[in-house]
Amino acid sequence: MSSKPLQRLDRVVIRFAGDSGDGMQLTGDRFTSETAALGNDLSTLPNFPAEIRAPAGTLPGVSSFQLHFADHAVLTPGDRPDVLVAMNPAALKANLPDLPRGSTIIVNTDEFSKRNLAKVGYDASPVADGSLESWHVHEIALTSITVEALAEFGLTRKEKERAKNMLALGLLSWMYSRPLEGTEAFLRAKFAKAPEILEANLTALRAGYNYGETTEDFAVRFEVAPATMPPGTYRTITGNAAMALGLVTAAQRAGLPMVLGSYPITPASDILHTLSGMKRYDVTTLQAEDEIGAVGMALGASFGGALGVTSTSGPGLALKAETIGLGVSTELPLVILDIQRGGPSTGLPTKTEQSDLLQAIHGRNGESPVAVVAPQSPSDCFDIALEAVRIATTYRTPVIVLSDGYLANGSEPWRVPSLKDLPELDVDFATGPNDTDDDGAPVFHPFLRDPQTLARPWAVPGTAGLEHRIGGIEKADVTGHISYDPDNHDRMTRLRQGKIDGIADTIPDLQVEDPSGEARVLVLGWGSTYGPIAAATRLVRAAGTPVAQAHLRHLNPFPRNLGEVLRAYDHVVVPEMNLGQLALLLRGTYLVDVQSHTAVRGLPFPAADLAEVLHTAVAQTLEGVPS
Amino acid sequence: MTTETDAPREAAQGSTPLPLPGTRGVPRVDQDAPAQTKKDFTSDQEVRWCPGCGDYAVLAAVQGFLPDLGLRRENIVFISGIGCSSRFPYYLDTYGMHSIHGRAPAIATGLATSREDLSVWVITGDGDALSIGGNHLIHAMRRNVNLTILLFNNKIYGLTKGQYSPTSDVGSVTKSTPVGSVDRPFNPVSLALGAEATFVARTMDSDRAHLTTVLKAAAEHRGTSLVEIYQNCPIFNDGAFQLLKDRDEKRARVLHLSDGEPVRSGAEHVVVRREDGTLAVAIESEVDPASILVHDTGADDPSAAFALSRLDDGSMAHLPMGIFRAVSRPTYDDQVRAQVEGARSTAGGPASEDDLAALLRGGDTWTVG
Ligand SMILES: Cc1ncc(C[n+]2csc(CCOP(=O)(O)OP(=O)(O)O)c2C)c(N)n1
Ligand code: SF4
Ligand SMILES: [Mg+2]
Repeated sequence: MSSKPLQRLDRVVIRFAGDSGDGMQLTGDRFTSETAALGNDLSTLPNFPAEIRAPAGTLPGVSSFQLHFADHAVLTPGDRPDVLVAMNPAALKANLPDLPRGSTIIVNTDEFSKRNLAKVGYDASPVADGSLESWHVHEIALTSITVEALAEFGLTRKEKERAKNMLALGLLSWMYSRPLEGTEAFLRAKFAKAPEILEANLTALRAGYNYGETTEDFAVRFEVAPATMPPGTYRTITGNAAMALGLVTAAQRAGLPMVLGSYPITPASDILHTLSGMKRYDVTTLQAEDEIGAVGMALGASFGGALGVTSTSGPGLALKAETIGLGVSTELPLVILDIQRGGPSTGLPTKTEQSDLLQAIHGRNGESPVAVVAPQSPSDCFDIALEAVRIATTYRTPVIVLSDGYLANGSEPWRVPSLKDLPELDVDFATGPNDTDDDGAPVFHPFLRDPQTLARPWAVPGTAGLEHRIGGIEKADVTGHISYDPDNHDRMTRLRQGKIDGIADTIPDLQVEDPSGEARVLVLGWGSTYGPIAAATRLVRAAGTPVAQAHLRHLNPFPRNLGEVLRAYDHVVVPEMNLGQLALLLRGTYLVDVQSHTAVRGLPFPAADLAEVLHTAVAQTLEGVPS
Repeated sequence: MTTETDAPREAAQGSTPLPLPGTRGVPRVDQDAPAQTKKDFTSDQEVRWCPGCGDYAVLAAVQGFLPDLGLRRENIVFISGIGCSSRFPYYLDTYGMHSIHGRAPAIATGLATSREDLSVWVITGDGDALSIGGNHLIHAMRRNVNLTILLFNNKIYGLTKGQYSPTSDVGSVTKSTPVGSVDRPFNPVSLALGAEATFVARTMDSDRAHLTTVLKAAAEHRGTSLVEIYQNCPIFNDGAFQLLKDRDEKRARVLHLSDGEPVRSGAEHVVVRREDGTLAVAIESEVDPASILVHDTGADDPSAAFALSRLDDGSMAHLPMGIFRAVSRPTYDDQVRAQVEGARSTAGGPASEDDLAALLRGGDTWTVG
């Protein structure tokens, strides 16, 4: 038991920041696990440079990990940290602008040398010159304390210094009353083959914890009570991990082998990595020569009756466009994951953005409709994967899933679903003739559609009697033979469109949340902005201002009631991390104007900024200012 | 699906049972079923190539030869790209996909890897395979996916009406090169050998017997078989292979590649290995018989096969024809499937609901309520 007074908080936002080589992502991950184990709700935001190792000590080399945890439901990783751990001057300089005055800064003074200060343009140490007066600064020689704690170890000084992130983790764990057991077990597994490094890390971790306990510098300790969450078994999960699990689950429940064709690209690669370790679940992963090869492999596998999946980011989706069009034309199931990042071109590989919406919906030649869905939180990636597989296999169509860097790497607690609560996925392959010819003899027509779904039969090679040829050339309705007939092309184009439009029959109506029932302003989002928008509406409502919120998970087709929902409000705000792509679709589809609020800073919207936008919108609506 | 793998059988034509490792795992026709015929493999679609196009002869040879494989028709798949030649799958009554320009090897890789029970063929042209699809082609060969790739080389873009292609000779005057092309062509055989292909052959549309022999060997090979087929396009590049169609010219120019046999033309030329190790063409009566190259398709080192492929400088003065290389190497698809199977059998068979539930829980959980 600690000897220091314990103070209870309802929520905390911590940001660990350091050099790319300082192990901040690992530190953040471990603190997250400890926090999850305590039953707090949480949300995380890793933020790292595209370079693997930018020059040490520089601003571009700063890597950070933000974690928001609370005794109540958490919607975002938090706008502004309550605590910043700055492992060097660059980390301080890069993150100070986000820190509200009065918050706490822990600096590693060992790194505040003249040289390191100069690297980021500090003439004098901000710790010493009084410029941090408005913050609570703890100056700690993290590196030398670590080296001292490891004096007995036969390691080089460099090796000892490397354990300083564990010292910081131990200290923060003490500060917020987090248990160390989980991290100790993690370290034991990680360094099983290097006992000395293991002991050094464990020692540094405990030394950090004890430092908090003994030093005068910290007068109080904090605790955050567990959040009330529905009963169940929980784990923390990132969006990419949830996506991989969702796909495996869907394939297993559909009874299909899964084939992932993929070419590495940030921030999608972890899906390839994760699935490559799931062979036991009948998952085949093929690392292709490029994105075109990757989607080709997936489509070839779908032709053979497997669940073909391909994972990529925006630049890769651009390369896959022609093959997705072939999937539209051949009407085969195909799941395409686009984990969006900043664009155009290479853009901002490690930063988040939602700017591939129009590429997903329209980015192919010809009238080439596909279904498009988007998860709204890291754990929702699991459910959206199931939904994508349902649509792809039921309607025999490519489905594009728009996740993004924020969801991909961010994590949150996930109530592990019980398999029996998940939707059934039934797939039926064609086994015999489905029609008769003019003489009444049974024949197989590969483009004879199901009257309900307009889906064509999935007849896979190896099925005797159903031999047929498909391809990208226009096909005659029903028979699937090559056809250049004008009327047929017009009919087939409309049939393909009608099939995708018809998916709306099987997707739920858009739900609007308006506790007051009095809102005249609606905020409508899609994809990863759910958390920030929900947090913003919470702030707005807490101030007594009614506002309604709705969030789209289906982008093509839209839910049937979307037009009605839009027209039910005086004013609609659409926040997006692009320059207004959903807004364009809404205006074009429903002839309703919306207020497009956009930012492309590579980071999620701060909830407070959105709340401001909503406040203004509500005020102007009440005043009758034309929108 | 019944799988009678490796069951010995009498070939539909002739009586030698074929070992066919290339089609191991592909279900075969029942022994007591009526023998397949060319007609079984002919679809009801009207063939639409120009009169005199070399593609007709290749189609006829393939339709005539497929019954010899003794495979169930429904387990054969032809995947093509885009081009005149890529219309091929429509005319065969098997499963088929006429895909997009250059991408057939990738699509076929996904299919062949996920379906051991299929015999997968790729149909491609010189533009399709070597221009837009060059990347997929070399990687399919490097991986050694169990595919048989028929590359129809007419040294021209046929379907788009006569632009020069990556195999067109320097100086080709075409629609897009009115004063002659300046870029040097690929030699598809050299390219394939450089890309680690395990089976590489060259044959010709008009030589039905040779074509059939090469196709058989290609189908028997487990791994990627690349067969370059010289194909005449009478409309846009007529006579590109005329020198090989005249009997006397052909006798003088073609160097026959036959495993274990000296490499020689039908006339007086032989290939010799010079003291410095390089290959050269010489008059047989003028050389030491011991220096004559004996062809070894199974040589581990592809250097000799590559050197043979370089004997033709594009003029077809001395042109090797036949199988350059046929070596046995593990295939990509077999190994990928083995990894998946291995993971499943190590874990005790297909995943159960409990296994899946355990996967979802992962390592680190906590309970609420
Ligand atoms: C993406 C794309 N680019 C260009 C074309 C146009 N195109 C179709 S076939 C072809 C060249 C075909 O040449 P080759 O592969 O030699 O086949 P051939 O017609 O000679 O048999 C081209 C350029 C296309 N269909 N798709
Ligand atoms: S254009 Fe040439 S290659 Fe194409 S079909 Fe006609 S003859 Fe054959
Ligand atoms: Mg050609």
